[in-house]
Amino acid sequence: MLKGRALKLGDSISTDHIISGRLAHLRSNLPELAKHVLEDADPTFASRVKPGDFIVAGNNFGLGSSREHAPLVIKMAGVRAILAKSVARIFFRNAINLGLLVLICDTDNIDDGDELEIDLGQGVVKDITKASQLTFSKLPEVMLRILDEGGLIPYIQKYGDFRL
Amino acid sequence: MGKTLAEKILSQKSGSDARSGDIVIARIDLVFAQDTTGPLTVRQFQACGFKRLANPEKTTLFLDHATPSPNRSVSNDHMLLHQFAQETGCLIYDVGDGICHQIVAESLAKPEDVIVGADSHTVTAGALGAFATGMGSSDVAIAFGLGKTWLRVPESIRIVVSGKLSKGVGAKDLILHLIGNIGADGATYKALEFSGDGLANMSMSDRFTIANMAVEAGAKVGLFPADSTTQNYLRSQGRGDHYQPLFADGDASYERTINIALAAIEPTVAKPHNVDNIAPARELKGTKIQQVFIGTCTNGRLEDIAIVASLLKGKRRHPETRLIVAPASPQVLLAAIRAGYIKTLVEAGAIILPPGCGACLGLHLGVLGDGESCLSTANRNFKGRMGNPEAFIYLGSPATAATTALTGEITDPREVM
Repeated sequence: MLKGRALKLGDSISTDHIISGRLAHLRSNLPELAKHVLEDADPTFASRVKPGDFIVAGNNFGLGSSREHAPLVIKMAGVRAILAKSVARIFFRNAINLGLLVLICDTDNIDDGDELEIDLGQGVVKDITKASQLTFSKLPEVMLRILDEGGLIPYIQKYGDFRL
Repeated sequence: MGKTLAEKILSQKSGSDARSGDIVIARIDLVFAQDTTGPLTVRQFQACGFKRLANPEKTTLFLDHATPSPNRSVSNDHMLLHQFAQETGCLIYDVGDGICHQIVAESLAKPEDVIVGADSHTVTAGALGAFATGMGSSDVAIAFGLGKTWLRVPESIRIVVSGKLSKGVGAKDLILHLIGNIGADGATYKALEFSGDGLANMSMSDRFTIANMAVEAGAKVGLFPADSTTQNYLRSQGRGDHYQPLFADGDASYERTINIALAAIEPTVAKPHNVDNIAPARELKGTKIQQVFIGTCTNGRLEDIAIVASLLKGKRRHPETRLIVAPASPQVLLAAIRAGYIKTLVEAGAIILPPGCGACLGLHLGVLGDGESCLSTANRNFKGRMGNPEAFIYLGSPATAATTALTGEITDPREVM
């Protein structure tokens, strides 16, 4: 059971919004890079985010480049999960590879600041603030197994190969 | 039941009867990273405990995104990648050697390959009939070490093109039109597969432009059949032996089919800040443009530069519009020099950048000022993309870019052709 606060973002948050290409010179200095998380979508995000928070977004979250630094700086900010109506393919895979939970659900009725509770076993998100509940799509088995190990690197360290 | 191109390639490379929705483990024919994703790839590779590459001859690094390096930290990243190449024996293309996707197209990709790159525009090689897709650094690091990856076999959307594009209209207009219609998430997790009699009228350069932007509709891959156009291109690159025909089966099953009459497409522009925010170029007349950028993996090929040179010959750019041109590779640059295009462009007031990604991703070589607008032949116009979140990016074809450079405002190229 995960409990946390919703930080609401809109539709079409690209990887450029999450961590701009102009910051590429910081990609080998992750603590410095992470200070700019979501800067071009919401300049207050980095100062507002607290460990355990959830990002709640609209459609096509993470569209654009393959930069794994995008989910990485979100994870470094302490975000426990991303809830979105839909997520771009490469970002989705990158997030799971880093052990960052991504859930696809209808986020329209969740507002910024709502207290949420995620029950992974039951497949439900409870909005405690609104006293409402919604369900999310189950992840493919292969992604669940990678997530269970904490990401792709620990998964491969443990098994040495893919196991489908 | 027959197979789509995606199902055919992934069946072959996984040794199974791959159908859409299946999860397969595929052997990889080419895996690469570039200078902004490569350092993390190297670190993940090392974190995993790998000591050697599964296939050094199929593993490549490209220093193209910041070329030559704009600052000390990027230079140090370049050094790290050179050191990795030296230690592991992988191929490395140095600064100035060109954009990764252009080099993959010219020298490395072939029909039926599975190609995985730590860059979203890896999809470009789909134009040659390769299942080419972008992934992050962790996936690519594992592919470096294991020589394989897991893939969900995508459902395919069939795009059937018929007829011929009109004068002044290019492949870029077609793909912007398609993305505008299906949306920036219209093909998420899916393959786009192109077919129809119109393909006979599309050069490899056109196909690269289209496949390159498949990812802007969310697609995993944008696939073309390997036909006589593919064969002639590979021969022209001295790689005729890399050709093999590849077509989808006639009775393959598609999620849906979209028919496009090429003659109906007109010059199209994507407005800030999303690629699917399209409008006909003629409707944007009067939009002042401070910078025109021609190049990138989308439209930095010889055919693109030829169109621009033909429109700018004997003319001069608008005094308030900078014109920046970045050929995609040294091969393109040399051919453009031989054809006299570079002279034409410089005389028209253009700045020629070294082969590389240039201004596209906002790292250097053409960062926009506050409130400025750019008409770019690149593939992305997200807020902040060209280095400044207070700037505006419009995407268009090389012809639209050239005419816009002349007038200083967005201009439908048919007005001057």
